[in-house]
Amino acid sequence: MGDVLSVVTSLIAGSIRVSIPIAFAALGGTLSERSGIINMGLEGTMLMGAFFGVVGAYYTQSAWLGLLVAMMAGALCGLLHAVLTIRFKCEHVLAGVGINVLASGLTVVLLQMIFNAKGKSCEVASFDMITLPVINQIPVLKDILGQVSPMLILLAIAMVGVWFLLYRTVFGLRARVIGENPEAAGSMGINVYRTQYICVILCGILAAMGGAYMSIGDIHMFSRDMVAGRGFIAMAVVIFGGWHPVGAWLGSLLFGLAQSLQYRLQSGSIPPQLVQMLPYIVTLVVLVFARGSKHRAPAAEGRHYYAKGEQ
Amino acid sequence: MYAVEMHGITKQFKNVLANSNVELMVKRGEIHSLLGENGAGKSTLMNILYGMYAPTSGQVVVQGKPVVIENPLKAIELGIAMVHQHFMLIEPLTVAENVVLGYEPKKHGCFDMKKAVEEVNTLADQYGLHVDARQKVEELSVGTKQRVEILKALYRKADILILDEPTAVLTPQEVSDLFRVLRKLRESGKTIIIITHKLKETLELADTVTVLRKGQVIASLPVTEQMDQAQLAELMVGRIVSLETEKQPVPGEHEVVMALRGAVVTRDKRNVLDDISLEIRAGEILGIAGVEGNGQTELIDVLTGLQRLSGGAVVLQGKQLPAGRITPRSMLAAGVGHIPEDRGKRGFVGGFTIAENIVLGYHRNQPFARHGLINRKARDEFADRVARQYDVRMDSIQDTVGSLSGGNQQKVIIGRVFAQDPKVIIAAQPTRGVDIGAIEYIHGELVKMRDAGKAVLLISADLDELMRLSDKIAVLYDGRIVDRRDASEYDERTLGALMTGHTPDSVEKEVKQA
Repeated sequence: MGDVLSVVTSLIAGSIRVSIPIAFAALGGTLSERSGIINMGLEGTMLMGAFFGVVGAYYTQSAWLGLLVAMMAGALCGLLHAVLTIRFKCEHVLAGVGINVLASGLTVVLLQMIFNAKGKSCEVASFDMITLPVINQIPVLKDILGQVSPMLILLAIAMVGVWFLLYRTVFGLRARVIGENPEAAGSMGINVYRTQYICVILCGILAAMGGAYMSIGDIHMFSRDMVAGRGFIAMAVVIFGGWHPVGAWLGSLLFGLAQSLQYRLQSGSIPPQLVQMLPYIVTLVVLVFARGSKHRAPAAEGRHYYAKGEQ
Repeated sequence: MYAVEMHGITKQFKNVLANSNVELMVKRGEIHSLLGENGAGKSTLMNILYGMYAPTSGQVVVQGKPVVIENPLKAIELGIAMVHQHFMLIEPLTVAENVVLGYEPKKHGCFDMKKAVEEVNTLADQYGLHVDARQKVEELSVGTKQRVEILKALYRKADILILDEPTAVLTPQEVSDLFRVLRKLRESGKTIIIITHKLKETLELADTVTVLRKGQVIASLPVTEQMDQAQLAELMVGRIVSLETEKQPVPGEHEVVMALRGAVVTRDKRNVLDDISLEIRAGEILGIAGVEGNGQTELIDVLTGLQRLSGGAVVLQGKQLPAGRITPRSMLAAGVGHIPEDRGKRGFVGGFTIAENIVLGYHRNQPFARHGLINRKARDEFADRVARQYDVRMDSIQDTVGSLSGGNQQKVIIGRVFAQDPKVIIAAQPTRGVDIGAIEYIHGELVKMRDAGKAVLLISADLDELMRLSDKIAVLYDGRIVDRRDASEYDERTLGALMTGHTPDSVEKEVKQA
């Protein structure tokens, strides 16, 4: 009996851990899409975050400063996406694909230049687990949340922050309005572009934090293309979560569970190739069912808005 | 004295001179009608006033002060607000959120929803605009949405209200509600400019009318008792327009060409068409009156094969059609011509040429195609003949339909349908968004088809059009036909009441009392 319980608790703990990077990126994606900009570049932005987190930690010997560098890289990725889609009216999906390709190539080149390595960086300063005071005393729960990465706490703060921003502030109301009908927002004297720029840059920062968790929060190093589709899963999670931050987090947990199950089942008798498909199959299945939910995408998502005088 | 003066306004777009040296003087506290056809430059002029466009040259004076209005924000600061034809509302948000947008009340730096609701309710009561501030906009009727738009303007403390084609989408009842609100606003000292092409409302509502044609001001006159529609129409179009359609009863027997027997369409466990029986007869125009969303679309779809029946039957020339075999293609082949209600969506492919669009739906027939290969020469010759016959104003049949005006687009569709010599014509909103000149033409063509013995079903939100053209009218309400008579027995009030769910008995009583 105790055996089953320990399996379950470690599965949940594993799910939460694995869901962290997806959740960061999905939160960012939610914010960006709510303002009408599809960010297909989540994948690449996460990769940049993972890489520059390691670079920052390598030069400063501090995981926290590494995270800060990752966030700045993410902000730049967000800015690039914003400039491409808002200023130059590039197709949102194309701009995102561009960022993904750029990140994939750039990180490999810089890996060679900085670490003189082809596949992996060296080990760098990383986040230590912290012990949560009260929770550490509660049975069962202490096995799940007794010791956590500080980035899980940051994630919780980010989730509440994004929710508060979208639903409790004037800025959030305006962002949601822009995602639905930018022409209406423009006619009410709202600065559409500025709001979108801010949302997309924040999205970049959040996605990069997710990437940074994967490197300096988890395996202490960078390895090429280590994000492995989690950015795309995050995009699915945005839809599954109904473009809502809490939904994004719950959706991420579901994928965390799938991934965590996959690790566990790999030691069993099922062919590993089949087991490894699990998270991606879950993505497909979930998207099919998400179509039937009452949530719908922001009406103006992916569309270009032309302010006065632009044509 | 004047709330708005616009002097020598010229606006040049790339190839089009939208406004040419326009003078507009709007008195404080009046309702001013800006009258003109589509493309006359009314909207451009008002977009300049609202800061959406910068004029190429000219001077705007608001409340006696010369101003430069760079953007809508500046316009709002000057007390100018605009109610757009396509509402600028955010469907999933509440009325209150929509109204306060851009001027949100705050508490501790956060959005204060409670205060927003209070303020909006107070404002709504003050002007007799009945809305529930907590309701989501997507749940509202079109008329209520418009009230929300007006509230938005009032919340911004607007003194000058611009309304762009405000009655285009309203029912007769909603129109009279709107007029009541607008008169009340005038009493409280607001200045109102309505952009319209409707002569009747100009005469009924406005104090002054300014007529625009091809970007120029043709006349600016006070609206008097003596003024009539013909006079305004002539100013607007530049020639004498006949507002009446000549129509004599078609002699002989009017046999039933197409009929529905107990037709039912169920959607989400609700009957959107409920036991509809009707007969479309040769040499007759049967008009369908009704507020949009009461089953018109489903009725059209059933008759054209786009919607499968849940119950009942379609009868064509005495034969009941096998329910499983009715498709849009089989209906076209059987001689049911379709003028769709939303021409942009179902009427044509905007990026295709006029020639391609004229044979669309018939493209697989000889001589346009043989063994699956398109015969361009035959197609182009045919299209050229049809386009000329139906007076499509174009440079060449190789122009895209998207580049034509609404009226000419509609003529392409009408030409396509009529040139195939259909037995039945399903004409849905045939003159929506079309100029007076083109309306006159399209009406004439419809009557010609009727006179030639075709069976015509006319679905229109425009009651004038319905009463002018129809021989018989059936009223559709909540998926049922609630009343049907000869068109001559109806007046606008009776129809309006029936369309909004009053029973024929109660309507009769009311009419008698009045």
